[in-house]
Amino acid sequence: MSQKTVEVKNAFLEALSKAENMEELEKIRVEYIGKKGYVTELLKEMKSLSPEEKKTFGQEVNVLKNEVNDKISEKREELKQKEIELENSRMPEFDISIPADLKRGSYHPITLVQRQCEEIFKSMGFAIEDYSEIVTDYECFEALNIPKDHPARDMQDTYYLDNGQLLKSHTSAAQNAIYKKYKDALINEGKPIKAIFPGRCFRNEATDACHENTFFQMEGVMVDKNISISNLIFFMKTMLSEVFQKDIKVRLRPGFFPFVEPGFELDISCLICGGDGCPSCKHSGWLELCPCGMIHPEVLKAGGIDPDEYTGFAFGLGLTRLAMMKYGIKDIRDLNSGSLKVLSQFTDDK
Amino acid sequence: MFLSMNWISDFVDLSGLDKLELINKFSLSTAEVENDIFFKGSDLSGIVVAEIKSVEPHPDSKKLHLLKVDAGDGELTDVVCGAPNVRVGLKTAFAKVGAQIGDITISPRKLAGYTSNGMCCSEKEIGISDSNDGIMEITDDLACGTDLKSVYEIDDIVFEVDNKSLTNRPDLWGHYGIAREFAAIAGRELKPLPTVDLTAYNNLPKIDLKIEDPLCQRYSCLQFEGISRHTSPVNMRIRLFYCGMRALNFLADLTNYLMLEMGQPMHAFDSRKVEKIRIKRFDKPFTFQTLDGVEREIDENTLMICNGDNPVAIAGIMGGLDSEIVEDTTTLTLESATFDAASIRKSTVRLAHRTDASMRYEKSLDPEMTTEAVARFVQLLTSIDSGAKVVSALTDEYAFKYDDISLSFNKDFVNKYTGIEISDNTIVKTLKSLGFGVELADGEFTVSVPSWRATKDVTIKADIIEEITRIYGYDNFDINTASVPLYPVREAQEKSDETRIKDILVKRYSMHELHSYVWAYYDEYKALGIEIEPNVELINATNPNIKTIRKSIVPTQLCQVKYNTNYDSDFAVFEIGRTVNGYGENGLCDERKKLAITVFSKTKDMEQIYFELRDTLAVIADDLKHQKLTFEKMEQAHSYQHPKNLNAIVCDGKVLGEIGIVNSAVSKKIDKKANIVYAEIDVALFAEIANASISYEEPSKFPEIEIDLSFVTETFAPVAKAIDNANCPLIKNVSVVDTYADENGKSITARIIFSHPEKTLTKEEVLDVVNTIVAELEAQNIKLKNGLPM
Repeated sequence: MSQKTVEVKNAFLEALSKAENMEELEKIRVEYIGKKGYVTELLKEMKSLSPEEKKTFGQEVNVLKNEVNDKISEKREELKQKEIELENSRMPEFDISIPADLKRGSYHPITLVQRQCEEIFKSMGFAIEDYSEIVTDYECFEALNIPKDHPARDMQDTYYLDNGQLLKSHTSAAQNAIYKKYKDALINEGKPIKAIFPGRCFRNEATDACHENTFFQMEGVMVDKNISISNLIFFMKTMLSEVFQKDIKVRLRPGFFPFVEPGFELDISCLICGGDGCPSCKHSGWLELCPCGMIHPEVLKAGGIDPDEYTGFAFGLGLTRLAMMKYGIKDIRDLNSGSLKVLSQFTDDK
Repeated sequence: MFLSMNWISDFVDLSGLDKLELINKFSLSTAEVENDIFFKGSDLSGIVVAEIKSVEPHPDSKKLHLLKVDAGDGELTDVVCGAPNVRVGLKTAFAKVGAQIGDITISPRKLAGYTSNGMCCSEKEIGISDSNDGIMEITDDLACGTDLKSVYEIDDIVFEVDNKSLTNRPDLWGHYGIAREFAAIAGRELKPLPTVDLTAYNNLPKIDLKIEDPLCQRYSCLQFEGISRHTSPVNMRIRLFYCGMRALNFLADLTNYLMLEMGQPMHAFDSRKVEKIRIKRFDKPFTFQTLDGVEREIDENTLMICNGDNPVAIAGIMGGLDSEIVEDTTTLTLESATFDAASIRKSTVRLAHRTDASMRYEKSLDPEMTTEAVARFVQLLTSIDSGAKVVSALTDEYAFKYDDISLSFNKDFVNKYTGIEISDNTIVKTLKSLGFGVELADGEFTVSVPSWRATKDVTIKADIIEEITRIYGYDNFDINTASVPLYPVREAQEKSDETRIKDILVKRYSMHELHSYVWAYYDEYKALGIEIEPNVELINATNPNIKTIRKSIVPTQLCQVKYNTNYDSDFAVFEIGRTVNGYGENGLCDERKKLAITVFSKTKDMEQIYFELRDTLAVIADDLKHQKLTFEKMEQAHSYQHPKNLNAIVCDGKVLGEIGIVNSAVSKKIDKKANIVYAEIDVALFAEIANASISYEEPSKFPEIEIDLSFVTETFAPVAKAIDNANCPLIKNVSVVDTYADENGKSITARIIFSHPEKTLTKEEVLDVVNTIVAELEAQNIKLKNGLPM
């Protein structure tokens, strides 16, 4: 190897060893194997050599050039690796112990409870119906076997409107429309009527922690050829056990509602004491939850269904009450208050 | 209504049975019993009859006396007593040393220097009346030392039944009817009511009586003389008191006792004031003084009992002051009647005066009971006051008789209705125990309804099912699911839309769902300066603050936003609720279900939250319907709307609602520093919009061409329209990537992405389309800012 070549090679190795980043490496590459680089320049010196020497020297320079190329590639890989390591090392450690930001939306608690109830009945093939808040006297009373002057009308303080309509005082006001909607399928196609209809109800009364003039109920009906009291108890118990996700004890007491016969008040064993008696259940061990009964023949008739052929049950569940029980809401007025301090807590519940 | 177990036991032998369990069964089979059950007399012992043998004044006290009483111990007991009615020879209730009164055990006690070895008690102290004027005066002939509890019914179990649960049971407004239920529940015999035979008086003169109005169903009356007794027997007084009534005088007590026993209200008149009993209404209103001394307005709908033309009582509600029994009354006339229930109820409401009598009449009492009650009254009266004498024949006008009700059904009907198997024998036994007549022949039951259940309560077969099952006990039911054919159930579009809208708003946009009232709260609207616009009104709201039904949720939502301004610097709320848009067809309310959203921000500028809300709505339309929204400028129409940036929301050619900024006048009152925007859409209209299904297209394997075009224009709408008009299938996406405004005006940069499914596009192909778009816009004087990019 010629003196010259050795010098260039040594100088290159020296420079390469000092290169610390890509820019320097690139500079070295240009300095040695660029168009005017030292290695390229070496070839220019070949002009003055004999053909023999040219051949030897040419090979020598070519070897050097390849070597330089390889070394640079090698060094490039090495520097790349270093750079990644450096970049990785620059990443700070975050403080994961900082509390999570839970800022998110919320459902109204009635929506949550309503969805749970709807899920249960949907899974048993019930249709979910919606109904207006403003109804006629016929829908709210007459069609439910509550004629004018019936003492049952005293039980409800109804909001009347200037056109003679009223704000529905119970979800039962939708019963007649539901029967009429489904009666043809029942009579002609043998499809049983299975429907629930959650909705907002209104009572003209003063409000306090336990009383609201605006609240939610969920009505349910089932009509077919052989629907019995035994079925009614089954569906009530099943629904309530699903809602509370435990086996709920229920008991029925006679209750008077003109649109059912027999009519019942359904009690469930107190959720807090389990039936032993506590302040929540006024020491009775039971909570009154849900009026229900076998649909009165007159009510079926008003819905276009022959009571001699078909029977059915109906129930009315207080969704507002259920939500309060489920979430421990003490003041019923919180629900319509619009208070985000209260309502933003109900993010989701399945 | 309070009920006495002793009284019930007069008519049914419940011995050997657990009374509390029976009461519980009554609650499950008949009517709701309140939780508190009172064990009367249970905290009382050692009270005996004692006679005061001597009374001496206390040397140091004006009130106290030093007594020696005979408590039957063989020697006299020294007692110090402060009662005003102490006198020698008086027999009283005496708590001996060691006696128990409530929490107190009686022990020898020094009173002003003298030891009292026991205590003379008032009736209140031993809990049998509220009389505390002095110590009890015992007039019955009882030996000293007799335990009071052995002669008087102080021990009793008293329970309360919720009146509401008795509205449909006129027969349960007295102890006898309740006893019938206990008999059925316990499986014991109901004893007949002790009465006298009234036909014995048939030879006596009749009373001049005439029902002149169909609202009186039956009127029975009888006259008495020679009643000398003034105070009722102790046991009668105790029962009245335990059942929540004050003992007054013997006659009043007796009528009350009869009412509590049979549920039949009765009234005693001074016979001189009712020589010609007429029952009628008057043509003109007048005032009438009832026996409580109150002047009441009587109108032409109120049924009156009259002496000739002179009113003496409001039928079924209260007697008049003038005809009441007074000191010199010698002959009295007893009324036992029934009236039309609805009429009594309405009169009660009109007079705003509900009495124990009217409460019962409202329930449709059994007219068969009037004479039975008279016979019971005579039996009680003559057994207590032997001098009392009946001086008239029973005078009874029976104007309205309920139809006899007979119901037939077979066993299948019972099985179908109950879903369980109840034996023939149980059915027959149960119905008979409740007083129903039952015949069973060839599998067919024929049931006759007793008169006391036939006034309105039991009229159809289903009512009989209730009678059978409630006594059978619902706890004893086998419970079974129903066997019904299965069919798919499809969820209504509106319902599913609602669910998904809520999910998007809560989950994606972190909004909070609220509920608000369907009416405008006057003071809340006023505080925000929001005008309440004329709409459907409530006519009978007890709260003076509410009257008008809301037309839009937005104002009620803004009131709620106001309430939450301290909750956070930024929040958004929504509600899906009802509004009424005046009257629709047939004069019925045009009720609309709407979604309202309000966004409140103290950190973002108005434009940002406005567009965020716009995009939220666009996402809902895209997600639920795969449809695009367009917006059309609207004129301000409501006080809460800002005149600018008010846009109608249009989807598939339908106006769904509006998006806007809250008018500064209102928003300043909510929060001076906040920006507030809102949107409202009609959920039902939205549900009707066709769901443009997802149209899948395989992505092109060839490169796209992206072209940015900057136009000098105030709004993007004409650009969008021009691009749309180009109707080029190669355009895959259009977006706005920049808007820029300077002294030369506003420019908007649109990015158009072209692609072809089967080849690489050439610039020329794309340029043709771009030129068409540019030309259309230039025709509208909308120019490219920097020329074509290529």
